[in-house]
Amino acid sequence: MKLLTGNDLKTGFVTWWTGADWSLHIEDAADVGEAGEAILAAEEGARRVNAPYIIAGEQTPDGPRPAHIKDRIRALGPTVRPDLTLKPADPAAGDWVI
Amino acid sequence: MYKYDEYDHAMVEARVAEFSDQVRRRLAGEITEDQFKPLRLMNGLYLQLHAYMLRVAVPYGTLDSRQMRMLAHIARKYDRDYGHFTTRQNIQYNWIKLEDAPAILEDLASVEMHAIQTSGNCIRNISSDQWAGAAADEITDPRPWAELLRQWSSFHPEFSYLPRKFKIAVIAADEDRAAMRLHDIGIQIVEKDGQHGAAFYVGGGMGRTPMIAPLIKDFVPLDDMLSYAEACLRVYNRYGRRDNIYKARIKILIHELGADEYRRQVEEEFKHVKSLGIDPPKAEFDRIAAQFAPPPLDASAPDAIDRSDPDFAVWVDQNVAAHKVSGHAIVNISLKPIGGIPGDASSAQIDLMADLAEKYSHDELRVTHAQNIVLPHVRKADLYAVWQALDAAGLATPNLDLISDIIACPGLDYCSLANARSIPVAQKIATRFSDLGRQKELGELKLKISGCINACGHHHAGHIGILGVDRKGTENYQLSLGGSGAEDVSLGTITGPGFDEDGVVDAIERVTDKYLAERTEGERFVDTFRRVGMAPFKEAIYG
Repeated sequence: MKLLTGNDLKTGFVTWWTGADWSLHIEDAADVGEAGEAILAAEEGARRVNAPYIIAGEQTPDGPRPAHIKDRIRALGPTVRPDLTLKPADPAAGDWVI
Repeated sequence: MYKYDEYDHAMVEARVAEFSDQVRRRLAGEITEDQFKPLRLMNGLYLQLHAYMLRVAVPYGTLDSRQMRMLAHIARKYDRDYGHFTTRQNIQYNWIKLEDAPAILEDLASVEMHAIQTSGNCIRNISSDQWAGAAADEITDPRPWAELLRQWSSFHPEFSYLPRKFKIAVIAADEDRAAMRLHDIGIQIVEKDGQHGAAFYVGGGMGRTPMIAPLIKDFVPLDDMLSYAEACLRVYNRYGRRDNIYKARIKILIHELGADEYRRQVEEEFKHVKSLGIDPPKAEFDRIAAQFAPPPLDASAPDAIDRSDPDFAVWVDQNVAAHKVSGHAIVNISLKPIGGIPGDASSAQIDLMADLAEKYSHDELRVTHAQNIVLPHVRKADLYAVWQALDAAGLATPNLDLISDIIACPGLDYCSLANARSIPVAQKIATRFSDLGRQKELGELKLKISGCINACGHHHAGHIGILGVDRKGTENYQLSLGGSGAEDVSLGTITGPGFDEDGVVDAIERVTDKYLAERTEGERFVDTFRRVGMAPFKEAIYG
């Protein structure tokens, strides 16, 4: 699967294309298939997200996951500060990252 | 401490106003990211993995308590309650919102700070010896010269678009505590026939092509220092490679020209530059230098230290250094707790260090290139009180220059350029060697980790260096031995094939065991490596 990601213009936070909008949560990410470039161009025009780009991902029972470690860390947050990730209360939140 | 004059204030305030308007236009969609990116980078605002990152300049690493408290305030109000002190003696915040950036810069300007020229192809923050003004071995305080260079390089119209970024360090002692020869220009204030002058080392650096700067001029009269620096930059600006980012640093130019030819061109340029009159009149330099006058230290203060508390005595032995004035000492605060994140400090810790500086260190602090903090002027009689306060705040780890005093870049946990994580490796190594007795048995051992070839973690200069690379999507760590950023400067040599995260920790243990087996009396790790060479260590690592 292919995922579309970028950083929110105002906050810089990592954000994922859901098919209709942007979400901070990788679980909400949609497979953009071959439509990625067109969505990317339209969203760049809308100027809500910085430097969006298309990445390879895979569907898992827990939801979509980026293929490359860099984007997995982007999806979670810093592995050395679980308290600053999107799921600070879940000690297993990052098990799929590394 | 240098205090802004009307020109400094006007320049910084004008830049805050300008950048505030640029941010407004970006948020309003009036300019694109491609248009905005170079503008935000000129103000130290990067876009990293998880958010915007703001790098704040700390000129030559010197701060007062008011400025330090502002750094804590920014961490608390605009970030996630912590900051990261860097190898350029700066501080970075990892979770900045674009819409907050103008307010942060206004807050910084209120305490005579900014983020200008902490990014981009310009002259970056001038770095210096963190013990400047206090070190027993310096011939003068190098900071007035660093400040002069700061003023000269700030918004220098000719050097705002260099082929690549440019880093300058200034020291004034034979012991190099600033990695001087691994800078684009390293200046050492030296003495000759009773006069002080500047030795210019040009063309050093780390990154993907590490080089040690050759000596270009052994004695430049200090009245000519700015002109000589200008000539060095002009030759680079004219001939530096702008067509290839990997060959754009001055070290490549000098390597290709040869030091002799580069020197010839600089000397020729210098003759012209000197006629332009850019070196300041003596009165202006004296005005700057007066602001770095030594604090009023009482040389009759008691010199003895009550060492009856054994934990305190251990800390004194490891983290306290000799001061040039009797009865005083230099306190080195380690930001490397075992298992912690090198260089990180919470807002409460930053506030505490500011309080201690105000109460015990004549209101001065320093940031070190090794990502620690210094209180430069502490009475020996006050050391116990300082230690107690630091200990209560988790800031009294007695590991300065030991194996757990690790320099580590933010790595793949934060940095968009990184290929591998640095911090978890640092944490595992520090934990493996957590026993203080074992660390002290190993003695001075400088371990440095970079998460990519850009070498922000100075791995080339580590007695033991680690470089994280991406090997088919997996983190892999190359080990190198024998580097040094000090006066015995050298570049590390790669041991061989790399390791995974746990494997590199095991390899380091085999290396240190081999050192203990091979060393002779008084030898540091790097001395033993230089004497016996790579072969026995390679044998120990790979069998």
